Amino acid sequence: MQPTVALRVARYRPEQESEPTFQTYEVPFRKDWVVLDALNYVKDKLDGSLSFRWSCRMGVCGSCGMKVNGSPKLTCAAFLSDSMPGPIRVEPMDYFPVVRDLVVDITDFMEKLKKVKPWIIRKEERPLAEGEYRQTPDELDTYKQFSMCINCMLCYSACPIYGLEPSFIGPAAIALAQRYNMDSRDEAARERLEILSEHDGIWQCTFVGECTKVCPKNVDPAGAIQQYKLMGAAHWLRSLLLPWGTR
Amino acid sequence: MSAGVHHTPYHPKWYRRRVSVWWWLQNRTYTGFVLRELTSVFVAFFALVYLWQLRALAQGPEAYAQFLARLKTPLFLVLDGVAFLFILFHSITWFNLAPKAVVVRLKGKRVPDWVVVGLNYAAWLVLSGAVAFIVLRGG
Repeated sequence: MQPTVALRVARYRPEQESEPTFQTYEVPFRKDWVVLDALNYVKDKLDGSLSFRWSCRMGVCGSCGMKVNGSPKLTCAAFLSDSMPGPIRVEPMDYFPVVRDLVVDITDFMEKLKKVKPWIIRKEERPLAEGEYRQTPDELDTYKQFSMCINCMLCYSACPIYGLEPSFIGPAAIALAQRYNMDSRDEAARERLEILSEHDGIWQCTFVGECTKVCPKNVDPAGAIQQYKLMGAAHWLRSLLLPWGTR
Repeated sequence: MSAGVHHTPYHPKWYRRRVSVWWWLQNRTYTGFVLRELTSVFVAFFALVYLWQLRALAQGPEAYAQFLARLKTPLFLVLDGVAFLFILFHSITWFNLAPKAVVVRLKGKRVPDWVVVGLNYAAWLVLSGAVAFIVLRGG
């Protein structure tokens, strides 16, 4: 007989209940199944009303972030076998408002992301005829790690500061700001520093470090924030000692 | 939740969970973090005792002897012991976190984390050795 595992899934149906409840589903246990496969099994065979987000199934799109047994994970990369014998608890990510079941609203993150201007900014655009902006492999290497972010928001769900101070701009947005700061083609590091030195920026972070631990792409947002703080402090010191010397 | 979230009025039924007062017991990273925050009081205590020592030193040998006698009372022995343990905890966690903030690049390649940590510990050992040498030679 096919072995099974219990999936304890958080349900929230705003038309029925005022706060989330848990519903348990018995799903087949297969060694090659991840939590997302089990959720899809539930949706296909047991309960079509279960809502959750997913797309690529291979850790690229960043849509299927949820809490598995209490820690934020991409459910497409969380094998059932790692949580055996179960039951496996699946909940929506922390600190984002729950729209339905496992679906959270991500507007807050999308607004914050825009705020840090995560794109290449030039003081003066070069005419097309002059060709592309070139970059050496070493220059690429300085920011490549931060560019791996897939906006899955697991780091927000892991950040108690974001939970307690929802205005905090948050780990991924800062890591992405740093990604563009360190890009040799970009010229807007000062601009971003001003945005991120504000009250809700880098100084809100007290370095819990859990964002880096849960990141499925090894982006190290905690590192990005601390490097940013060092940069901000150095800039402040320079402007204090050499007010005429700051760029 | 926050005043900065603008998108809720039309969706009054979204569920927002409150952060529990006990969030810091959820996992070891959180607990370690809160421990580091709270025990910084002992680091401040150590700094104050040090300032007190400097003042006693400046006031002459009599005041300094009084200071030393005060430090030998059980209350200060216990406080100092606890402060020492927490300062050790702070030093070690601080050194281990150093490579997160300090990224050193040599010839375009990032110096590995363990080298940055190792250099911090090495500097700690050398400085402690130098202080010990001066103190022991003087005494």
